[in-house]
Amino acid sequence: MWARAVKLGLRSWVGWRRGFTSKVDPQRSGRVTAEVIEHMERLALVDFGSQEAVARLEKAIAFADRLRAVDTDGVEPMESVLEDRCLYLRSDNVVEGNCAEELLQNAHRVVEEYFVAPPGNISLPKQDEQEPFSHI
Amino acid sequence: MLGRTLREVSTALKQGHITPTELCQKCLSLIKKTKFLNAYITVSEEVALKQAEESEKRYKKGHSLGDLDGIPVAVKDNFSTSSIETTCASNMLKGYVPPYNATVVQKLLDKGAVLMGKTNLDEFAMGSGSTDGVFGPVKNPWSYSKQYREKRKQKAHGENEDSNWLITGGSSGGSAAAVAAFTCFAALGSDTGGSTRNPAAHCGVVGFKPSYGLVSRHGLIPLVNSMDVPGILTRCVDDAAIVLGMLAGHDPKDSTTIQDPVKPFTLPTSADVNKLCIGIPKEYLAPELSSEVRSFWSKAANLFESEGAKVIEVSLPHTSYSIVCYHVLCTSEVASNMARFDGLEYGHRCDINVSTEAMYAATRREGFNDVVRGRILSGNFFLLKENYENYFIKAQKVRRLIANDFVNVFNSGVDVLLTPTTLSEAVPYLEFIKEDNRTRSAQDDIFTQAVNMAGENLTSAIPEPHAKEPEQLHVTSFSYLPMTNELAGIIETFVVT
Repeated sequence: MWARAVKLGLRSWVGWRRGFTSKVDPQRSGRVTAEVIEHMERLALVDFGSQEAVARLEKAIAFADRLRAVDTDGVEPMESVLEDRCLYLRSDNVVEGNCAEELLQNAHRVVEEYFVAPPGNISLPKQDEQEPFSHI
Repeated sequence: MLGRTLREVSTALKQGHITPTELCQKCLSLIKKTKFLNAYITVSEEVALKQAEESEKRYKKGHSLGDLDGIPVAVKDNFSTSSIETTCASNMLKGYVPPYNATVVQKLLDKGAVLMGKTNLDEFAMGSGSTDGVFGPVKNPWSYSKQYREKRKQKAHGENEDSNWLITGGSSGGSAAAVAAFTCFAALGSDTGGSTRNPAAHCGVVGFKPSYGLVSRHGLIPLVNSMDVPGILTRCVDDAAIVLGMLAGHDPKDSTTIQDPVKPFTLPTSADVNKLCIGIPKEYLAPELSSEVRSFWSKAANLFESEGAKVIEVSLPHTSYSIVCYHVLCTSEVASNMARFDGLEYGHRCDINVSTEAMYAATRREGFNDVVRGRILSGNFFLLKENYENYFIKAQKVRRLIANDFVNVFNSGVDVLLTPTTLSEAVPYLEFIKEDNRTRSAQDDIFTQAVNMAGENLTSAIPEPHAKEPEQLHVTSFSYLPMTNELAGIIETFVVT
């Protein structure tokens, strides 16, 4: 029962990705190729969702490309405006905590004092792979 | 009473002209009347009344906690508030109730402030209009001002009264609208690229961005760790100074707060600008600047000059690249910060149980809107191994050049910079949505974000009194010296205006 619901959920998503990327214009001059899209969706665990989102990313990249015009030879990257100061380190004493119950209250699925997660180490289905669990 | 300044109302409370409970109830009823502005996501009525009651007890015993005791305040909904829902205007955190108060919220409460509610914003503070949150856009109270309504009547007849309302600017639009509509006397916003100063400018209130490291970010749901600061919105500069005095200082829970002691200060009652040197950065004279803002900018510069200040032109050569640099750094840090939203420990969680990755992906698709997803994806692109050097590191280098521009200017004898905050006055919502969030942010943050990248600058937007519609100027000063001196430049400038 749950497997079917899951299949339906995943099917629409996988179906979108297949349909969408097959329409990708091979002549598009963008840096955002189908490979990059797939790679990024896996890394970010956020999907593009539409052609518009890809177009928006391309525009964002084109915008960022303007930085090439700046001469940064010999310039060190700046990570923080407080780089000249020492970071505050407090002493290693336990002064608070023991609030497991409070923290667990905000989670949807909890068993005793554990957050419950679905099984790990299962990659997202690739675009050209068959639907997962179709044998179930 | 509600239109008074914080200091005036505090005096009234101390003298017993009004009680905290009465004040709280007036504000609550005004919040109900102005519900159409959509400034508040959560109105914490019971909490507020309880806090007001306690404040009243303190006043009766003569043990008031200070200037903020009994004063209604509002807090942007990306600050954690214990037992009060904190959503960041996103589906991802709908129903999320933090178990703790952000440090700045705690400080306000410790001084007796009365929390009216959590204000509306762009989703996760990403945007410059306060139009992209899941609870809907915030309407600028000035849309309902006599002047604007008359102007609209002249332009179009038979138009629906409410169709052409103005945006508040963003992303702290709800806080700005709450203060401008007199529903509270001070509000907290956050400022990463102008998110406090932009809506302050559009709503005609004072928006203050403290120097990075002056005010604790603990409990502020982070957007860009290296640029975020809590912002203060009030109706006058003196009020902002009062609130800043309560909030500034080292916080052991935020290691990016500086450890230098913060001396208490008060603004001088009279100003002497004779010793002040004001810089006008020539690169800020953008072609897109509206003529009204440009003329107001000159007017302000002339005013200072006529009062004896030295007003000179200065140069911030990398200004034109600052918005691009900001865009890369912001999206990169956002990509990292948004990774915490996976549905496991808090927030929205979808029903997929096939695998953790599938669950995370679906949760994030359902929880985030297009703007947030777009920034996460852009950020991830810039952080890809093959792009890291050319985009992220490059942007960090450009950031140093921009910060150095400011250092050079302030080292050359300039005390404050005077610039516009926005390109034009608040635009109608229907016009604002014609471009997407990224384009708008790039346009609207143009004057404000450079200062976030340089970090050490105090910035504020000051409303022009008697303006037909809110026009704002930006005053920036810089100093490594302790806080009293940092404000010195601002103090005198403010009091003159």
